[in-house]
Amino acid sequence: MHYKSFDEINEKIRRKKAVVVTAEEIKGIVDEKGPEQACREVDVVTTATFGPMCSSGAFLNFGHSDPPIRMSKVWLNDVPAYAGIAAVDAFIGATELSETRGFEYGGAHVIEDLIAGKKVQLRATSYGTDCYPRREITTYITKDSINQAVMFNPRNCYQNYGAAANSSDRTIYTYMGALLPMLGNVNYSTSGELSPLICDPLYRTIGIGTRIFLGGAQGYIAWEGTQCNPSQIRAENSVPIGGAATLSLIGNMKEMSQRYIRAATFHKYGVSMFVGVGIPIPLINPEVAQNAAVRNRDVYTHIFDYSVQRRSKPALARVSYEQLRSGSVQLGGRSVPTAPLSSLKMAREIADVLKGQISSGEFLLQEPVMSLPAEASPKSLEIDEVADR
Amino acid sequence: MNKKIKVLFTFPPGMVGKPITYCLVKDYDLWVNILHAEIAPDKAGKLVLDIEGREEDVERALDFLACEELQVQILNGSISWDEDRCLHCGACTSVCPAHALTLDPVDWSLKFDREKCYVCKLCTLACPVKAMSMPI
Repeated sequence: MHYKSFDEINEKIRRKKAVVVTAEEIKGIVDEKGPEQACREVDVVTTATFGPMCSSGAFLNFGHSDPPIRMSKVWLNDVPAYAGIAAVDAFIGATELSETRGFEYGGAHVIEDLIAGKKVQLRATSYGTDCYPRREITTYITKDSINQAVMFNPRNCYQNYGAAANSSDRTIYTYMGALLPMLGNVNYSTSGELSPLICDPLYRTIGIGTRIFLGGAQGYIAWEGTQCNPSQIRAENSVPIGGAATLSLIGNMKEMSQRYIRAATFHKYGVSMFVGVGIPIPLINPEVAQNAAVRNRDVYTHIFDYSVQRRSKPALARVSYEQLRSGSVQLGGRSVPTAPLSSLKMAREIADVLKGQISSGEFLLQEPVMSLPAEASPKSLEIDEVADR
Repeated sequence: MNKKIKVLFTFPPGMVGKPITYCLVKDYDLWVNILHAEIAPDKAGKLVLDIEGREEDVERALDFLACEELQVQILNGSISWDEDRCLHCGACTSVCPAHALTLDPVDWSLKFDREKCYVCKLCTLACPVKAMSMPI
């Protein structure tokens, strides 16, 4: 067996000698040469995803005005930000809606505008204190005029996710996009065989502390993501069938690019944000190489009926990503068109950019400081009948 | 002078049996190209046609259609695609009944065949980044 350490690989990256390929390229190499030889020849595999991820946002520190204010309510371009932290800190959530423009503009748009270098109106109110006498403020900020702008995404990079369809007789508008009546279409959201946690299904190299590409900057995996579900049922190749592990991500928003962070509005649903993420997988052993070589034909998910407005939606069919990517699947006895919500074209670009950064020595690998949980399942929220009365 | 229009007919349930297209061809001497037809028992039917003919024949045909029980909507304009804004995610492709919007199976970029589009505007609702729009 051929084994490599993170340190050995980083040394090769520093000397610009590391062999880096994308997760799409490694498949052919493993098929042709086997995982042992692939692991000898290739040092790093780059994975990526570029899909809408609601659980996103940013911590901002505005700096102190004179006289100073302890901001208790904050709006950015009329989008409320959470200010229940220190005097001039706030968290702007991607899905928060503008109080004046509704679905058209939300927290994700504020984030995109800040990243683009645009001026954003800051409005805040306060009750006034001895040390913070000011009670209101209206001014403009840019990402460069404020102290910190730190993107923090509590849940991104779903390992896998269910596809969506609609068996009712009217179009429904969901976070999985517009779903046409009578099973008129199927939407799914993943970069499949290029996706980080599809290619490292048992979290052998990806963990807490992993350095990543986040929105064009270098960021980190901060923690397991919310609703992390590594106990999801798995196929023989260890890849979960349906939603499984998630990642919590952090990165310097000031260094990000509008190309890789984009605000989105889902009609009649709300605002979300496309987040470009790239994660390197060092080929530390042949098993990791074998896992990264997974193909869309061997990754499965279920199609769920989103017309059922309950926590558990009925599964209509089990399909592979090869079938979903083909443009149609058999459902209810006929061929139904399929569409992704996650941009494979952009994910490929990110995997290529990250490959370039590692090859040129700009991007070093960080060994995880702690593993992701091997077992965990999300809990449901039960309704306390006394409280609900 | 010849005139060409794109028309969406919505048939109430129970009326899908009437040979409207035949009438347009036979009685009004029009060229009719069926772009999309959706017929299901007990449901409203949809028919999108390109209609071409002498201007007065087209006008007479529209007068005839106005007397029928079906809804007639002339589809004007065209969908605008902002390629700089587009993320090529593909959310618009599965709702497009005309198959005018497709993802290239090799490089996964969005392709828009304007010839096929019948301006149903479903893509403008499906696009999360407002790259598809209907200019007023």
